[in-house]
Amino acid sequence: MRNILAVAGKELRAYFHSPIAYLVMAVYAVLCGFFFYSFTATYVVQTFRMQAMGGMGMPNMTINDYVIRPLFEGVLSIVLLLVIPLITMRLYAEEKRSGTIELLLTSPVTDFQIIVGKFLGALMLFGTMIVITFAFISTLFIYGNPSAKPLIAQAVGLFLFGASLLALGMWISTFTKNQIIAAVVSFAAFLLIYVLNWVTAYSSGTISHVLSYLSLTTHFDGFAKGVVDLKDLVYYVSVIVLGIFLTARSVEALKGRV
Amino acid sequence: MIEVENLTKRYGPTLAVSDVSFQVQKGEILGFLGPNGAGKTTTMRIITGFLSPTAGRVRVAGIDVAESPIEAKKRLGYLPENPPVYTDMTVNEYLAFVGRIKGVPRGELKKRVTEVSEKCAVADVQHRQIGKLSKGYRQRVGLAQALIHNPEVLILDEPTAGLDPKQIIETRELIKGLAGQHTVILSTHILPEVSKTCQRVVVISKGTVVAMGAPDELTARLQGYGSVLVTVEGPAPDIIGKLQVLPGVNLVEQVESSGTRVTLEVHTEKNQEVRADLARTIVESGWGLIELKSSGMSLEDIFLKLTTKDLGEEVAAHEALPAGGIEAESVN
Repeated sequence: MRNILAVAGKELRAYFHSPIAYLVMAVYAVLCGFFFYSFTATYVVQTFRMQAMGGMGMPNMTINDYVIRPLFEGVLSIVLLLVIPLITMRLYAEEKRSGTIELLLTSPVTDFQIIVGKFLGALMLFGTMIVITFAFISTLFIYGNPSAKPLIAQAVGLFLFGASLLALGMWISTFTKNQIIAAVVSFAAFLLIYVLNWVTAYSSGTISHVLSYLSLTTHFDGFAKGVVDLKDLVYYVSVIVLGIFLTARSVEALKGRV
Repeated sequence: MIEVENLTKRYGPTLAVSDVSFQVQKGEILGFLGPNGAGKTTTMRIITGFLSPTAGRVRVAGIDVAESPIEAKKRLGYLPENPPVYTDMTVNEYLAFVGRIKGVPRGELKKRVTEVSEKCAVADVQHRQIGKLSKGYRQRVGLAQALIHNPEVLILDEPTAGLDPKQIIETRELIKGLAGQHTVILSTHILPEVSKTCQRVVVISKGTVVAMGAPDELTARLQGYGSVLVTVEGPAPDIIGKLQVLPGVNLVEQVESSGTRVTLEVHTEKNQEVRADLARTIVESGWGLIELKSSGMSLEDIFLKLTTKDLGEEVAAHEALPAGGIEAESVN
């Protein structure tokens, strides 16, 4: 555990010693803030309009359904597709480029401890982004009265979604010495698994079901609605475990132990 | 302390290291000598557990590196060719981090960091960012890193590369000072380094061990290819004729002649002392013996001879032609 924390601490410090952490947080805060503002403004305009019309025959518009849910549904996950590669690109690529991988792999720590340490370090930086998201959302509590319950599911969902991408991005980072390559490949891979569920739009066989099930988006919708489904939970945990396992295999291969 | 047995490493079809075996005794400094690309780094990486061998085994302090890597790594300090430093950390932060992952107890960490920074002369830059340090400092930070957990075994890959002459001498002294308490393997392609710091040398070329022994021993063993230079006042053909037939003499060649003086190179058989015989023969024949000296091979010659074997044999074959004698006659 001490080894894991030492590596996690090192990673976190590296993020904050370089511009990466600030850049990532700023990009996220700007995008998230703009989306949040747009949804809120739309909501406000719509509700005024409805009141002016007397609200006859109109459904009850809640903040949860018209601001928070669309924020999670689709929008934040897309921002993460862009931002997570920036976090994971350096995890192994930088160690390989600078030769510090030799230090890590010749230290009396297991590969697993290094991998989990790195993953935790990245996860902590990602955690700041969840905090930023909920800082925006918490302002709604000052001016309105949204329901707090779905927020828990949404937070868990965002966390698992991001953590899955982090694990896969870390794996991709083991293949190259070049951070830019790691970032580009990660982004492409994330985008692809993100849109995998599109196949259901034009196909309905077993394959399309499987592909749709594998898509990250399919399993995020439940969380965005405020529902924690065991199936979705299992899916994300599996992806995280898979990412860590693949990273371990890849690190083994680095040692010529194929 | 370190046992390397029949180590082989293949990268696809390329054989990087082939059947390398050697042992290092406790407290010894072993020099790993070879041209670039000979397989030094690969061998060292296998010893440290960074790479796994295709075949063969390595034991460090009796522990098999492949079987219990963690236990073996606790006893190893390793300085790769490029010091493995995080450029965004300060020297202190870096050494503390390395100490933590190398298993230095929390209570001793601060003390160890101070100790190794002083030992490796990086204490004056302890709060500076490593990325802003010169190559010499980085190299010494790398060395400090290898020492932080006070390992029994130190593997140093070209520890003096990129240092200025003064730093090279300091680093050599530092490494020498480590012998005794630590067992050291250091690699280099710089020859004086070996004769100055190492008690034993393994010469490696194209992935195989071509020679092993103490620096003096190696020189002595190859002395056979060496020769005696003798300057005599007298008729060259007669002298060559007479010296050629002495026991232990392989070949006599004329190196230069000025007036009545000739300088001859007498190639001798392995481990044969012919200088006394040469001197007696020359003096008894009534010629003037001006100079007689053994032209022992330097480590450099041996190195070249061993690592460029094919070339060396070609040259030797060419020299073995009776050209020496004929040439000497035609000159006079």
